[in-house]
Amino acid sequence: MEGAKATVCMREITKTFGSTVANNCVCLDINKGEILSLLGENGSGKTTLMNMLSGIYYPDAGQIFVNGSEVSIRSPKDAFELGIGMIHQHFKLVDVLSAAENIILGMPGNGRLDMKVVNEKILNICSLYGFDVDPKQKIYDMSVSQKQTVEIVKVLYRGADILILDEPTAVLTPQETDKLFAVLRNMRNDGKAVVIITHKLHEVEELSDRVAVLRHGQYIGEMVTKDTNAAEMTNMMVGRTVSLNIARPEPKDPKPRIVVDGLTVRDIDGVKKLSNVSFAANSGEILGIAGISGCGQRELLESIAGLQLVESGSISYIDPETGKQVELIGKDPRTISTLGVALSFVPEDRLGMGLVGNMDLTDNMMLRSFRRGKSMFADRKSPRSLAERVVNELEVVTPGITTPVRRLSGGNVQKILVGREIACAPTVLMTAYAVRGLDINSSYTIYDLLNQQKEKGVAVIYVGEDLDVLLELCDRILILCGGEVSGIVPGRGANKREVGMMMTKLGGEAGK
Amino acid sequence: MNPKVREPFVRITKRDGLASWRGWLIRLISLILALAVSAIVIYAMIKLNPLKVYAAMWEGAFGSEKRSWVTLRDTMMMLCIGVGLAPAFKMRFWNIGAEGQILIGGIATAAVLIYCGNSMPTWALLLTSFVVSSIAGAIWGVVPAFFKARFGTNETLFTLMMNYVAIQLTSYCVALWENPFGSNTVGVINQQTRAGWFPSLLGQQYMLNVILVLVLAVSMYIYLRYSKQGYEISVVGESERTARYIGISVRRVIVRTMMISGAICGLAGFLAVSGASHTISTSTAGGRGFTAIIVAWLAKFNTFVMILIAALLVFLEKGAMQIASQYNLNDFASQMITGIILFFILGSEFFINYRLVFRGKKEAK
Amino acid sequence: MTQILSLLQAAMVFGTVILFGAIGEIMTEKSGNLNLGVPGIMYLGGIAGLAGAFWYQTNVATPNAMIGLLIALVCALVAAGLGGLIYSFLTITLRANQNVTGLTLTIFGSGVANLFGGAMNKMAGGVGQISVGITSDAFRDTLPFLSNVGVFSGLGFMVYLAIILAFLASYFLNRTRKGLNLRAVGENPATADAAGINVTRYKYLSTCIGAAISGLGGLYYVMDYIKGTWSTDGGIEKLGWLAVALVIFARWKPIQAIWGSYLFGALFWLFLYIPGLTRSSQEIFKMLPYVVTIIVLIVVSLRKNRENQPPANLGMAYFREER
Repeated sequence: MEGAKATVCMREITKTFGSTVANNCVCLDINKGEILSLLGENGSGKTTLMNMLSGIYYPDAGQIFVNGSEVSIRSPKDAFELGIGMIHQHFKLVDVLSAAENIILGMPGNGRLDMKVVNEKILNICSLYGFDVDPKQKIYDMSVSQKQTVEIVKVLYRGADILILDEPTAVLTPQETDKLFAVLRNMRNDGKAVVIITHKLHEVEELSDRVAVLRHGQYIGEMVTKDTNAAEMTNMMVGRTVSLNIARPEPKDPKPRIVVDGLTVRDIDGVKKLSNVSFAANSGEILGIAGISGCGQRELLESIAGLQLVESGSISYIDPETGKQVELIGKDPRTISTLGVALSFVPEDRLGMGLVGNMDLTDNMMLRSFRRGKSMFADRKSPRSLAERVVNELEVVTPGITTPVRRLSGGNVQKILVGREIACAPTVLMTAYAVRGLDINSSYTIYDLLNQQKEKGVAVIYVGEDLDVLLELCDRILILCGGEVSGIVPGRGANKREVGMMMTKLGGEAGK
Repeated sequence: MNPKVREPFVRITKRDGLASWRGWLIRLISLILALAVSAIVIYAMIKLNPLKVYAAMWEGAFGSEKRSWVTLRDTMMMLCIGVGLAPAFKMRFWNIGAEGQILIGGIATAAVLIYCGNSMPTWALLLTSFVVSSIAGAIWGVVPAFFKARFGTNETLFTLMMNYVAIQLTSYCVALWENPFGSNTVGVINQQTRAGWFPSLLGQQYMLNVILVLVLAVSMYIYLRYSKQGYEISVVGESERTARYIGISVRRVIVRTMMISGAICGLAGFLAVSGASHTISTSTAGGRGFTAIIVAWLAKFNTFVMILIAALLVFLEKGAMQIASQYNLNDFASQMITGIILFFILGSEFFINYRLVFRGKKEAK
Repeated sequence: MTQILSLLQAAMVFGTVILFGAIGEIMTEKSGNLNLGVPGIMYLGGIAGLAGAFWYQTNVATPNAMIGLLIALVCALVAAGLGGLIYSFLTITLRANQNVTGLTLTIFGSGVANLFGGAMNKMAGGVGQISVGITSDAFRDTLPFLSNVGVFSGLGFMVYLAIILAFLASYFLNRTRKGLNLRAVGENPATADAAGINVTRYKYLSTCIGAAISGLGGLYYVMDYIKGTWSTDGGIEKLGWLAVALVIFARWKPIQAIWGSYLFGALFWLFLYIPGLTRSSQEIFKMLPYVVTIIVLIVVSLRKNRENQPPANLGMAYFREER
């Protein structure tokens, strides 16, 4: 490292979005012939920082030097010209075109396309680094890992020698990951600079030469990988436990309400999203679900809500009055509610799923209640008074109840959604990232609401990303890792570092 | 070191929550601009004072009591189709097939009038035609809806093709029912007996058309605005994911809504045959199925706004017919003017939904 | 045998009209614009060509057929291109709804064309029928080396022009960089944008050029199909919608559109060659092209074969800030 001259230097980079500071005075060096891991929790500002190198965002303040001279990167095109290429989590590929066509898209050159020459050049790159790409294969025929390979080749074809990969392994199987790592090592040995954004410790240990850690948009420090260890990195990544002072009443008489057994789910592409998940959510208790994003949280909640096709397993609801068991798998949300299962669900995608952005507050309140009554006309009176009540009780800032919800700020949107779901008098309340993007006060309003529900005997399931909150709010925490249950720990006295380890490795340190 | 990013000369940003009176003001300005442009075109063609031409148009549409009633009748026809299209478009289902649904309704009505004209009293004929034409239109609407709901077949192109199938079917029926032989038209059906024709109400020949369509328009307004099914339609139109989240069966809503949409367009065919022309031909729909799409779209599915727009378009049509005969043009002038006006109104939507931010002016946040 | 030949010829003449329309619409749709204004654009092309030729023939003492032909061609291309420009400005720059704008363009085009066509018919006086015989003859001249070759005698040069255009369009779309970029714009404008392609420019150019090509269909209809006359019977509109149908039938591939257009033509005229049809059952036969298109549409959606789908972003406006 000492001998290597930095090819990219970022100095005092600051980027804010509205009132949130995504990066605050971050400095980072990227060296040739080296693999750098950028480590941090969700929302720590890793991707934002790298997007400023690839031309997606423009920094508010700070300087970027490439090979010693200061540059201004305004678009992906500028980035390419500087030899910087980034592989995003969401691939930018045209499905019906072949790999080769995607690779040369938008590049200058002769009017006539000589695919033979292009294919040859692609195969050259492939054999140089050990990629396995058929230039003629169509993108829609490809697996996720093949698509990723195409993205990498696309970047190399354009002559990039600084590669940034945003959580490249999130979508790969272990075998595919090994292959990717081999390729990345080849690129390093070829003198290219490689940056991988990750929050998986074992990847950092296995692959990278150096690791830089970000937390809450701040640059925490960097280490040579072989001189550090998982414990030190976790400490840097999660920091000391912050005391939030969230109330946590003792659960009263918890009894199983939702029992999930052996749940396995695959997505449309056949990728396993949940594998043999079993747990119980109890009444009068908040069950936290922790995990890196995309580890199956969404599929788990949607399976319970009747929105997800399930491959195998069972989900039973135990009626608090009668103690009768109701199987939820294979039923749509309407059937589930007609069976008397009072299930409320605050989904992650508030305006795309939980609410209709173009409708006003009253009409959004109606989503749950419009079927009530035998009349062919929907009752608008009670949703209107409900809207008024929610606005008053939760202190929603809105011009009025006839304002389309899409015009409200994130916190107010969430209050409306949560307010509506709670108003259904649920016996099970599921929330996904309930405080994402919310300011402190709104967040505490939400925590209080969840606690109130818990005290009423509702089984609350809280999917969260902030470990500090999970540790202070939840009675028990289920940790998902790659679609499997990594462990269930009691919330009281849980160790943040330990939970962090379980998120990145099945079973945490014990599972090694 | 490098030049700072130069702000583009003009940027486009989405506008949120423009006061509705300003929206209507923008539309009004665009309408005036469109009339001005049309006036220039008319002047270039016939060198006549455009104001005189517009006066002649007024004369053509409202010059006599009879003309006013015909204008009203045709407005109601246009409104009826627009009302039929409203639920489909509210659901974001591109029903371009109104033309065909009208024709099928018209054929059904003509068939009832021809085959049962001598065996039923008029009230029974009207009732039967009402039912049969709406069923026929509903079938024509449900076929593409079924394939859309089930397999995601593109409804725009499907309904478009259904129009031509209906036109050929009409040609077939015209040849079948030809009267007198060799004329290649059906002629006026039941000319002597007037069986199955709309009766005069309150001394007005077209009163029944007006009442029927206004009832439909009000019912549709209530249906879309207050009924549970109307609510489901708007949820499906806004977001299918939300619809599934609250357990609405998207497929069923699509098929049901298109059934209603097709049925009302079929009723428009009933109006055209029983209530207006008393004959059937391939021009019974006469492009109104297409024009009504624009009516429904511009009115944002509000059936009362539709009355205004339908009246404007029918006024243009009638007026242009008048200038055509008065100044030796032909009545296609109305189509041209309609086109120009619609271009302007369509373009004006941009200024309602977006705003231009010029360089140097900071956006007030 | 002669029957088959004459059906084939009728099919090719009919097919050529819609082939032009379809090639133009394929170019347009490949950029993600669904232009339902094809009938209007064909009207504009037809009337402009006719008006140009009419003006030339009435103002020149001894009109030259070739000059008349060139004037007609240029007028048609320009007028149709302008129609495309109106559509582009409204849908691309002002982001108006594509379907509604296209339908309006159809109303506008047919209004303008029939207004002027009717006026010219009146100006021509006499039987009330305009005719630009000299120019039309030039359009209908058989190519010299094909005059004795069965089915080809009696076909004007535009039949071959349509075929050549289809091949050119296919070559452009599949074998050139610009064609590749255009396809990417229609499939996924955000990706194209990120790859440094100017989405707006591609959409504008392909829509206007596509419209110009579609306009040739109207010109061919006027000059060849109805022999340099004008009639306000809505013939072009019907064929314009068939051109839109042909795009689906050909699954957005210009070369497939060639035989597709002849098939449509054959299906359309088939009733003349089937013995024993009454006048009414002939009309049922004329349904065939539309029914076939519907079936193709359903099959395409059923099979979910990725190669045969419409451009993924067809009908949608692109606004970069809307992600």
